[in-house]
Amino acid sequence: MSVAESLVEGAPLAELSRRARWHVINTVASSKAGHIGGPLSAMDLLVALYFRRLRIDPAAPDDPDRDRFILSKGHSAIGLYSVLALRGYFPETELATFDHGDSRLQGHPDMLITPGVDSSTGSLGQGLSSGAGMALAAKRLGKDFHTWVMVGDGEIEEGMVWETVISAPRFGLDNLTLIVDLNGLQQYGWPAAPGDRFDRSEPMGHVDLQKVFTGFGWNVLTIDGHDFDAILTAYADADARRGATGVPTVIIAKTTKGEGVSFTRGTYKWHNGVATPEQLEIARRDLATAEGER
Amino acid sequence: MKAQRVVWGETLAQLAATDDRIVVLDGDLATSTRSDIVAEARPEAFIEVGIAEQNLVGMAFGMSTLGYRPWLSTFGVFLTNRALDQLRMLVSQTKAPVRIAAAYSGLLNGSSGKTHQDIEDLAIMRAMPNMIVIAPADEFELAAAVRWASGHDGPVYMRVARDAVAPVFDEGREFRLGAPTVVREGADITLISTGVQTSRVLDAAQLLAADGIDARVIHLATLKPLDEDALWDLIGGEPHVVTVEEHTRIGGLGGLVAELVSERGAVRLTRIGLDDRWSESAPNDFLLDRYGLSAEKVAQRVDACLRAPIG
Repeated sequence: MSVAESLVEGAPLAELSRRARWHVINTVASSKAGHIGGPLSAMDLLVALYFRRLRIDPAAPDDPDRDRFILSKGHSAIGLYSVLALRGYFPETELATFDHGDSRLQGHPDMLITPGVDSSTGSLGQGLSSGAGMALAAKRLGKDFHTWVMVGDGEIEEGMVWETVISAPRFGLDNLTLIVDLNGLQQYGWPAAPGDRFDRSEPMGHVDLQKVFTGFGWNVLTIDGHDFDAILTAYADADARRGATGVPTVIIAKTTKGEGVSFTRGTYKWHNGVATPEQLEIARRDLATAEGER
Repeated sequence: MKAQRVVWGETLAQLAATDDRIVVLDGDLATSTRSDIVAEARPEAFIEVGIAEQNLVGMAFGMSTLGYRPWLSTFGVFLTNRALDQLRMLVSQTKAPVRIAAAYSGLLNGSSGKTHQDIEDLAIMRAMPNMIVIAPADEFELAAAVRWASGHDGPVYMRVARDAVAPVFDEGREFRLGAPTVVREGADITLISTGVQTSRVLDAAQLLAADGIDARVIHLATLKPLDEDALWDLIGGEPHVVTVEEHTRIGGLGGLVAELVSERGAVRLTRIGLDDRWSESAPNDFLLDRYGLSAEKVAQRVDACLRAPIG
């Protein structure tokens, strides 16, 4: 039995990811608004975290000793909502209310109204700082939980991220882990080559993130963000360092934007978008027949 | 006579001695804001975050989710401008019990000049949902407001002046959220002020009295929430009201009173404050005189108002 099958019996991660990805594209299509590429690139990381690593109880979403997770790239909210629904925080049917008036599932996560959401986000670059505050408070209060934060690679263009990257090691926050969803594309960004009007390049393609984070004093793990064994190993490594090292961990997870659906995969053009009925049929087939299920 | 910033540090040090939820997060300005008083008296209640105001707000928010009641320590101008998005997203939106101490508020900041003058803060913070906006008159009211804010379960924005002013109140001053306070009775004209400017407006009223003009002075320590009925009861029948603030005339105290009187009835209103322009670095007396906020300049303006048919 692989690591991926060990904790939640009867729920293979690949199957959960496919189901959550379907919720993303289907929900955005029915609500006629929302993001696709980012939620899909992050999905394997989110599913692995929520189903194998976080010490949480959907029946007690405010448990003071629960692990925290902050989706700093808040525009991927529908990705988080899909996982929260599968994990049991609210019914999967509630996803149909996404972006509707009076819905608990707002366009960006709202900690005051959505069960399981530990921090409101939406303006990029803020989540790591919020997570550092939670991790520092946990240290001071002698609490043993772990705070996890996910950012996108486009998001780390925001200066505030680096204010926290510099200071987190000073506070000894080994109970803080940053996951970089390095999907290699942002909403529009830069041309792949000068003058190229049809292809876009990686926002952090010119930066050696491993060296950067190492230079700032972080523990750096670099993985394939769609390989569940690699993800779970990295999560276990990060968690094991809690309380032992005084150094925060960053997991640089190489992912593919729009992963899992043939026509959204690897293109900036599905950063957001509403699938047609025909496209939804393609997505349904793509997500029903994925290979490599664990 | 103590400066508000000193009393802020002293009061927080006292409060932190009995309430370990109270922490001060500093943006490397402790010797200016006087959070160094907390750092020396209660080191465990003091957290240096460094020169990173956005991270300052983010970390304070994060700590507040675990029950802390953090105060922010840096120049107000960096909070209401540089870290405005963080205040809006992480404090206002989430109703976090983060206390925003806006040090060196207003025009007078030790000759640091226009880059450090926070003269738009009341307009900005007043527009933010869930935000309580307080500008105490003197050291005693500030101490009372700090004690009140420390017990409040939500966001608070508070002006903290750098330099001491002649006290308006005495040591027994209590803070009552939203309540207007008549600090001087007078029959000829009503002046409304906020923050430490109220002290200078009281001096202006003395000058006016020597000229035979009997001015009433109302102090608003809270701009939001405001007991509008109570304020209207005080000014509703008045022929002429003058607001005076160490703030741009746009959207602050003058804006607030203009909104009230335009909805409730006809009251002639004159707004004294900073013109819509950049100021400069100079000693306090020079700035107050140049920009019309000294006791003498306020008295002259009020005197002129009473003589002029409109304006």
